[in-house]
Amino acid sequence: MKKQGSDSNPAPVNPALPEPLKDLKIKYTKIFINNEWHDSVSGKKFEVFNPATEEKICEIEEGDKADVDKAVKAARKAFELGSPWRTMDASERGRLLNKLADLVERDRLILATMETIDGGKLFSTAYLMDLGACIKTLRYCAGWADKNHGRTMPMDGNFFTFTRHEPVGVCGQIIPWNFPLVMFVWKIAPALCCGNTVVVKPAEQTPLSALYMGSLIKEAGFPPGVVNIVPGFGPTAGAAISHHMDIDKVAFTGSTEVGKLIKEAAGKSNLKRVTLELGGKSPIVIFADADLDAAVEFAHIGLFYHQGQCCIAASRIFVEEPIYDEFVRRSIDRAKKYTLGNPLLPGVQQGPQIDKEQFQKILELIESGKKEGAKLECGGGPWGNKGYFIQPTVFSNVTDDMRIAKEEIFGPVQQIMKFKTTDEVIRRANNTTYGLAAAVFTKDVDKALTFTAALQAGTVWVNCYSALSAQCPFGGFKMSGNGREMGEYGLHEYTEVKTVTIKIPQKNS
Amino acid sequence: MGEVVLTAAWELLNFNGVCCYPVSGFSAVIARLNAALLFVLQIFINNEWHDAVSKKTFPSVNPATGEVICQVAEGDKADVDKAVKAAKAAFQLGSPWRRMDASHRGKLLNHLADLIERDRAYLAALETLDNGKPYSVAYLVDLDMVVKCLRYFAGWSDKFHGKTIPLDGDFFCYTRHEPVGVCGQIIPWNFPLLMQAWKLGPALATGNVVVMKVAEQTPLSALYVANLVKEAGFPPGVVNIIPGYGPTAGAAISSHMEVDKVAFTGSTEVGHLIQKAAAESNLKRVTLELGGKSPNIIMSDADMDWAVEQAHFALFFNQGQCCCAGSRTYVQEDIYHEFVERSVERAKSRVVGNPFDFKTEQGPQVDEEQFKKILGYISAGKREGAKLLCGGNPAADRGYFIQPTVFGDVQDNMTIAREEIFGPVMQILKFKTIEEVIERANDSKYGLAAAVFTKDLDKANYVSQALRAGTVWINCYDVFGAQAPFGGYKASGSGRELGQYGLDAYLEVKNVTIKVPQKNS
Repeated sequence: MKKQGSDSNPAPVNPALPEPLKDLKIKYTKIFINNEWHDSVSGKKFEVFNPATEEKICEIEEGDKADVDKAVKAARKAFELGSPWRTMDASERGRLLNKLADLVERDRLILATMETIDGGKLFSTAYLMDLGACIKTLRYCAGWADKNHGRTMPMDGNFFTFTRHEPVGVCGQIIPWNFPLVMFVWKIAPALCCGNTVVVKPAEQTPLSALYMGSLIKEAGFPPGVVNIVPGFGPTAGAAISHHMDIDKVAFTGSTEVGKLIKEAAGKSNLKRVTLELGGKSPIVIFADADLDAAVEFAHIGLFYHQGQCCIAASRIFVEEPIYDEFVRRSIDRAKKYTLGNPLLPGVQQGPQIDKEQFQKILELIESGKKEGAKLECGGGPWGNKGYFIQPTVFSNVTDDMRIAKEEIFGPVQQIMKFKTTDEVIRRANNTTYGLAAAVFTKDVDKALTFTAALQAGTVWVNCYSALSAQCPFGGFKMSGNGREMGEYGLHEYTEVKTVTIKIPQKNS
Repeated sequence: MGEVVLTAAWELLNFNGVCCYPVSGFSAVIARLNAALLFVLQIFINNEWHDAVSKKTFPSVNPATGEVICQVAEGDKADVDKAVKAAKAAFQLGSPWRRMDASHRGKLLNHLADLIERDRAYLAALETLDNGKPYSVAYLVDLDMVVKCLRYFAGWSDKFHGKTIPLDGDFFCYTRHEPVGVCGQIIPWNFPLLMQAWKLGPALATGNVVVMKVAEQTPLSALYVANLVKEAGFPPGVVNIIPGYGPTAGAAISSHMEVDKVAFTGSTEVGHLIQKAAAESNLKRVTLELGGKSPNIIMSDADMDWAVEQAHFALFFNQGQCCCAGSRTYVQEDIYHEFVERSVERAKSRVVGNPFDFKTEQGPQVDEEQFKKILGYISAGKREGAKLLCGGNPAADRGYFIQPTVFGDVQDNMTIAREEIFGPVMQILKFKTIEEVIERANDSKYGLAAAVFTKDLDKANYVSQALRAGTVWINCYDVFGAQAPFGGYKASGSGRELGQYGLDAYLEVKNVTIKVPQKNS
């Protein structure tokens, strides 16, 4: 059997890593409506900070209800019957998305640097992973633009029946701060390939790359009003979107708490379609027969990637009894290897948390872990004297009833639990309100397939973790969300199905 | 080389946009094209250029002048064997091509489309030189469709999903959509570049490897594209291109024991040979896109201006050299005379001449054989009593030009109403009722395309159901797009090209079933 893995994959997976830009200028700080830049109606602005230094980067126009109204008006106009966007060939929508991918590729260094400064993300990660995913996702959805097929139906009676797959209309899209660009692309690419128009609210912590994308969208040649970007806060601009009577659909990625508000607002207003991609407390189950090296590494990356700020973070590691001590020992060794620091610098492996609020929340949960009797194996406190850095932290002897085993921490804090039997661990892994992702590590084909069926999660990985790709649908069971993003499934959320039935003189097969 | 080639192409474009080329200037451009071409006139195997094993060459002729453009290496069985060997190596388990991310195959196809777009003027000029089609058509229509086709299939490369199956019992069951393997592809001369794209797009998107034989009349543009395939970064052996003849190179492909699938576009006569060869050798999968005698039905309630123009276009486009040519125009009795009169008027105004002239609508037929065959059909039409209303003769003293020809009062049993002419010869037939015309339209061994012109919704729906053809156009003709499947009923072919349906021909479905301890929904 040949060796697996992507090391010898013939496709040039990643370009060489350049140095980050030294003199990044922030050109786009305003609200993007109708392919033009606008001041906020209220005249208000808000500050954006570098979480590694706590220094202010710039001020951004603060969008609120009045700005959302303007954006929705523009989006509605761009979606009118007979508009350039509605009458455009589907393949041309694909060509525009491919063009946008070309432009993102051209400005990859600018965008990666921006993402690092604004989001505290490691530059190497931003450049290789985030930007790589953005480009591939845009190209993937570009390909779907003229492949979202309706059907013809063999309807009973003398009728000719077909379905049209039509865009939903004006889509409000509210995105988080942990993967600002990737989430921006995950939202706009499927929406645009299906022919919708969008009003995007980027997170107030990380609006810079989304606004830069506004300039590229205009350059690519999307008609005015097709994409509108309103930076602002959740309770104001976000709420205006989810309550809006003239928005046909809202897509939100963020916390489960806010997800509930969005769905409630949709219900109270115009019953707009809702898709939610929310929090998680994702289990990894590691059997004694697993490849231990691989399991330790995947479990580690599954939790610590991007400072633990991932909705799919593997924040409950269930390890089978015979290998438990060894697994914990190796996980601690791995966590201790980190170099923390400014994410722009080479050699740095962990950057800051996004902001003070998150920083304090994580530290508070670490305290609860200690208080409730988990064993703090390493880390456990802040790092450095400025910026929102937290030491890589590992807890062992964690039990299911502890807060750190139940609540989403969204930080570099790993929980390792022990289990004895298969039935037990299935029950414990599923005993959560969340259901976003899960994984099992084993060489036994029966165990592997038993777990792929038994785990209640939208994504199940076997002997791997965090393997995401534009082709694969992603989303949550239970309170981790509604609907799916990416893959062909992702198109359904941006498509209305219209059944057309025509009376005919005589039906023939 | 790119620089020389592109300069030549720009000269062609800028030389004189309106008038015909002076013969001397035209020859000079051709001489430069030839000079730039020297290295691509061989067989393309493993991303390298090879002489024929036999060392033989054959001439490629400019149909506008009858002059030889250049000599091209003549592939035969030994060259096909070499190409199949290269293709098989490229398809081995663990090869770069087999291990490549599906999305990366899409990226390569998009890159190939970019390169063709870059060299669009040159390729269009080459197509015109070798095939005779008007340059404006080659540039605007053929090249546009080539680029769009490749981009369309680029998008499919990571979207042809297998399924997981709720199999009865304690099993986990899924399908893998795997490439078929080594695909022989034999393409015609009427749309050399477009037929190449129709074949390469789906085959490469789905991960196959290809041995393509290009038509002996028009090998040049395909060989140029071979060079772009290499430049785009496809691994060696994935695409192999052999110029040569049907009875030798073509036959070697269709009877090859190690070719897993053969796709052919061309005449029904040769289609029979291909299917037979596949049956007698290794039962390779066969898809065929063959001839037609497509009916175009004009109801009396149709928009007359539009119907006349579309019926004219349906037949005369590409010098009548289209498998889907609307070569039986059925016109309802009460508008028959007016329709005939206006069709003749339109045919008479058709501009025939130098295909590099932007005003030219019709260039030469592709070669002397076709030229003579078409004139033979015209004689048969006259002999059997059809009314020759215009044209009927060669249109120049050199080159293979034929006057736009219209026959009226054509009867269903005449040779010109039954056989594929593949030339600028229009047959107009009269009908009375809808039931009658459906029966007559379907009374053909062919079933490639059909059309109906009417404003009546019921008639449109009824006729579109009744016609036995792979494509039915309503109030339009020759509307093609990479998204829409194309292929024939009956003796017009097997299988479909383009659209999602076009992927099926290049996929083997593998069902994998794994025993599990306990099944759950």
